[in-house]
Amino acid sequence: MPGKLKAKIVAGRHLPVMDRASDLTDAFVEVKFGNTTFKTDVYPKSLNPQWNSEWFKFEVDDEDLQDEPLQITVLDHDTYSANDAIGKVYIDIDPLLCSEAATVISGWLPIYDTIHGIRGEINVLVKVDLFNDLNRFRQSSCGVKFFCTTSIPRCYRAVMVHGFVEELVVNEDPEYQWIDRIRTPRASNEARQRLIFLMSGELQRKIGLKVLEMGGNAVVGYLQCFDLEGESGLVVRAIGTACTLEKISTFPATATHPNNSSPSKDMKEPGFGEEAPGVPLSSGPPTPLRAQTFSSFSPSKSYSRQSSSSDTELSLTPKTVGHLCHFCMIPPSPFCVFQEYPFFTLTAFPPGFLLHVGGVESARSVKLLDRIHNPDEPETRDAWWEEIRQEIKSHAKALGCHAVVGYSESTSICEEVCILSASGTAAVLSSRFMQDGPLDTEHRFEEVVSPGCGFCHIPYDELNIPFPAQLTYCYCCRRYKVPDVLFTTIDLPTEANVTGKGCLIQARLCRTKKKAQGEGNATAISSLLPFLEYELHTQLMNKLKLRGMNALFGLRIQISVGETMLLGLASATGVYLTALPSPGGIQIAGKTPSDITYEQHISTMQKKINDTIDKNKELYEINPPEVVEEIIGSPIPEPRQRSRLFRSHSESSDEVSELDLSHGKKDAFVLEIDDTDAVEDIHALLTDSPTPAGFYSCNTEIMPGIQNWTSAIQMFTSVRVFRLNANLTNQGLNKIFSDLCENLLKSLYFKLRSMVPCCLCHLNFTVAIPEDELIQVAVTAVAMSFDKEQPLENGKQSGEKTLIKGKHRPLKAMSGIFPPHLSFLSSLSPSLSLALLLSTASSLEKASPLPEGRSRSLRSNRSYSGSSVAVVKMTPLSFIPGAKIIKYLGIINMFFIRETSSLREEGGVSGFLHTFIAEVFAMVRAHVAALGGNAVVSYSMKECVFMENPNKNQAQCLINVSGDAVIFVRESELESTSVQTQSATTHTSNATL
Amino acid sequence: MSMELDVFVGNTTVLDQDVYQLWLDGHTVSDAVRIRMEAGALQECEANAEVLHSDTTDQFRTFQMCERLLQSPSKVANQLLFQIPPHRQTMLIERYYEFDSVFAREVLGKKLSKGTKKDLDDISSKTGIALKSCRRQFDNFKRVFKVVEELKGPLVENIQRHFLLSDVLARDYAAIVFFANSRFEAGKRKLQYLSFQDFAFCAGQLISYWTVGAVDNMMEDLDVDLEKDFLHDLKDLKVLVNDKDMLDQHKSLVCAQLRGKIKVFSEMEANFKNLSRALVNIASKLTHTKDFRDLFIDLVEKLIEPCRSDKWTIGDLRLFLKHYSSSVHMLEAFRHQVIWDRYMSVIKSCILKMYHD
Repeated sequence: MPGKLKAKIVAGRHLPVMDRASDLTDAFVEVKFGNTTFKTDVYPKSLNPQWNSEWFKFEVDDEDLQDEPLQITVLDHDTYSANDAIGKVYIDIDPLLCSEAATVISGWLPIYDTIHGIRGEINVLVKVDLFNDLNRFRQSSCGVKFFCTTSIPRCYRAVMVHGFVEELVVNEDPEYQWIDRIRTPRASNEARQRLIFLMSGELQRKIGLKVLEMGGNAVVGYLQCFDLEGESGLVVRAIGTACTLEKISTFPATATHPNNSSPSKDMKEPGFGEEAPGVPLSSGPPTPLRAQTFSSFSPSKSYSRQSSSSDTELSLTPKTVGHLCHFCMIPPSPFCVFQEYPFFTLTAFPPGFLLHVGGVESARSVKLLDRIHNPDEPETRDAWWEEIRQEIKSHAKALGCHAVVGYSESTSICEEVCILSASGTAAVLSSRFMQDGPLDTEHRFEEVVSPGCGFCHIPYDELNIPFPAQLTYCYCCRRYKVPDVLFTTIDLPTEANVTGKGCLIQARLCRTKKKAQGEGNATAISSLLPFLEYELHTQLMNKLKLRGMNALFGLRIQISVGETMLLGLASATGVYLTALPSPGGIQIAGKTPSDITYEQHISTMQKKINDTIDKNKELYEINPPEVVEEIIGSPIPEPRQRSRLFRSHSESSDEVSELDLSHGKKDAFVLEIDDTDAVEDIHALLTDSPTPAGFYSCNTEIMPGIQNWTSAIQMFTSVRVFRLNANLTNQGLNKIFSDLCENLLKSLYFKLRSMVPCCLCHLNFTVAIPEDELIQVAVTAVAMSFDKEQPLENGKQSGEKTLIKGKHRPLKAMSGIFPPHLSFLSSLSPSLSLALLLSTASSLEKASPLPEGRSRSLRSNRSYSGSSVAVVKMTPLSFIPGAKIIKYLGIINMFFIRETSSLREEGGVSGFLHTFIAEVFAMVRAHVAALGGNAVVSYSMKECVFMENPNKNQAQCLINVSGDAVIFVRESELESTSVQTQSATTHTSNATL
Repeated sequence: MSMELDVFVGNTTVLDQDVYQLWLDGHTVSDAVRIRMEAGALQECEANAEVLHSDTTDQFRTFQMCERLLQSPSKVANQLLFQIPPHRQTMLIERYYEFDSVFAREVLGKKLSKGTKKDLDDISSKTGIALKSCRRQFDNFKRVFKVVEELKGPLVENIQRHFLLSDVLARDYAAIVFFANSRFEAGKRKLQYLSFQDFAFCAGQLISYWTVGAVDNMMEDLDVDLEKDFLHDLKDLKVLVNDKDMLDQHKSLVCAQLRGKIKVFSEMEANFKNLSRALVNIASKLTHTKDFRDLFIDLVEKLIEPCRSDKWTIGDLRLFLKHYSSSVHMLEAFRHQVIWDRYMSVIKSCILKMYHD
């Protein structure tokens, strides 16, 4: 049972003219949930109808509440013929099902039509009354919170991290059903949109159930993807990390005294997601509390041993696990890895959690798609992923690690071939946070020295290295061994010691492939994959060295398959980790050193490379302190290029072939120039142009060395499609692909030049081959301005200072994209923001901040006519600079289809897609604003499938976006309220005296 | 090999003011790229021609998408498609409605109908303003005219409220609407030396002092129609020139004041009756539509040209007009002082504004 969903249709505005004769519209609204439909009256002859309807009430199961969207259709009444649909609004009511998220959806939402785009707006009110459900066998999972954010959300503390959850649901794609031949494109698109809404609701509910079984109450790092498998169906799958989260309730005191008020301090357990860096990690033996856990709960001990002993043995049923976890929770110990798959979709961790990082591992598998016969039993797809996850797990083991962090999964589909990929970073997590783990590891890692270098220390056995590696003693602590390079998929740990700044590093590769069908095609692809990965890896390594850096974070390798080619794009953020040795240079050698001119050629090349390295070191401020080389074991005469990557490719057959990507014993840093590949490599190395002055770029959350962000942020999406000529060689293709990416970056820098000094963060490239001879590159990122000056020490003054600075900035910056001081209060209606402040600050009752707030908002509005549309910020990052997130309102997960048969009239493909992306942004913003939010964090565009047929003047595009809707408050505002609180309390105390 | 598709969409709409101006000026993308290159855009951010082209195309597309909204500016603030900070919205609207005074001068007094649109080609080639820009400006005039035509209340405020324009720009539009509504003759060769700003000033004066709205701003109709009663009353001023005594007395009063103060005293003395007759005749004939439309040409032919040929300086003219109008107060037989002042204050400032080469 049950819940009562209530909806009220208030008004419409900007409706399109549906009756040419009168230039007006007779609009009415259908409100549908499940199989129940209500209608409003017809509001005749108006483009701004005021329905002001009664409350439409739906009494439904909470299971349905989770699965179904509320569907609102606006129609034009026609007496003589069928009513014309103006457009639809789908409302995901999931955020209303969780007590801690939004309570009401209220606001103007765009009315969307898949053929015409946005056609006016509708004002609605939606509420849910939930009754408590004590049924143990329920199928719903209301109340489980979902976060796209891949770290512990800012205003929460992790009581426990339970581990990996995954689920997938399949269905037939309506676009490929027989009925599609007879229905209109609009009907077909709407069927698809609705189906995907339903499927993601179901998926979320099922994942929620798993989380409840495990004893958790939230999913962090929730990643949901669609596989449009065409004829064979539609797969919606999701992974995430189950957690038990606790809201940090001490607000706003946390803002002023984070250390005093943090509830975790008393328990000597560092809380997660709490920005209290001062709490040192106890590095001694386990606390008594912990020891107690182990002795008194014997089942947990035996169980943990079992689960970690072997990866082939299956763990206990999840239900028991959940039960156990529940008991273990009593002495709060945030992390437990009981899972069959000790995977974490998180990329950022609280200090002290991540002990050691082994390296990147990835697994790929090529599969032939076949029709999914029974949608209720998606076993094949499940089995495919199982296989890959097992592989990842075994790789982690080989690296001496018991967990995989920064874990993600993806697919690339072309016709009936599908490449499944999974990647992550093998890691050892602090045993203080975990319930299991072999005892010896515990001993080894209990004595962690410095959080700044600890994670670099090798987790694997020195004598039993799974690949050739050059080890040295850590350059920070000189006690443990470190590798010479480190590749990871996670964000740079905040406590890491880094020299200089970082930069985006990309390896790009194109490989032609013969057209083939079925099994043959799959085999061809699987045989190409290893080479592709090898070359990408070599490129990454060379580019890293060229920049004088020694570690990669946020590594994401994307391989896309087309009919006649494979595309590989690896993006990562390179940094110089102080703990790791300085990377050696790159040397070029010729095979036939007979010719003098040839020798000269080589030496000029060599000089060029050396110059570039020096220049880069200067650019990224890499000047590590000189250290006396202490060498253990074999001296390190020359740096070697080695891979920390572990990969394998399995074909449709179960055969798993392992590929060691290291360059064996040979010194691979020497590029032999006779080799055409090497020429190409060098070319690729030297054509990467550096970022223009004032710009930095990275694909991680933040850039090391930059802290003083201003509040000016600009999220953007850029999409390019390039048409190739037929018959290109590999080299030609590579050049084109590389230029495409480089030029795209250049364009971004140019576009955002008014924000300088600025950093492009979370640069997320997605490549696709929409059809033969087309390459599509889509980028979503956020540009964030920062102040060149030193970070402001005093938090209290920071607000004031930034305001002043904003005014004093050069005129060019002011005329730029975002006025730094205009953003918050002018946007969110003051009463709303203040109401929130009031509700969260318990002691504020007497001192209403209203006058202050009002005067502020007036000031910031200045002479401008107040905008009636609230500003909603969007960012792919988990935070908003200079602001504090005070509430998470729920997950935003939206899927839209747009189609046109008048492509030219809509401004060609670019005009069409430009409008569509702008519309998607607008709809995301409107839904967030309706939830009461003023920002979307961890935003991502997960799918952007674009198809065109210019000859028929047609195009179609599918976009899937997701993120977390939040309410944030500027830190300066927060200060003012807390100051007021203080004055208020003093005032009241005075009064009582 | 070609870029098939290239878009950039920011959560906050990215708008480059310089490129916006190029777009408003009606340049094509390739023109705009050339102009930007000449302006040194390539020095910024290590850009190349390709980058500049992509940026320009993208910006032009954005502006084109915004254009629909800009045509009803009140929608800009409550639309959801583009997130634009308020001060940028103001900039977008203001710039969109800004116009070239050369263009406005050409259109001034013409009927804002479709027929005139064909003349845009001629105006474009005459003024050197791109046809696209001419069309935008003309459409703006027409749109503003259409909207305020039906509205009650003060013209400038109506324009400001409906089009969210700055005070200055709203006043210019008021002048254009006023001219289009009253159909003043402004195209004659003799009037060519007058700029748009001259006319706009005069229109402002007329709107402020002579219209229906000037006395009562709650009138039913468009308040840019001149007050009928006032125009009718102007006929009474004829007595100033028809009554011989009064004319002589007026002349002697003015001469007494101006003796030794202006260089062209003798010319003034000789011409006084002609000038006075001209001024009063213009006033008395304003009830006739034809004569009303010829207000400016009459002022030029009957007053400005004679003075100019006698080499009056602007200072001479100012002094003359000052005393000419104030001396009337000393004529005891004259009983239309209020009407006279209302008439002369406007005419005086118009003449002075129009008195230049």
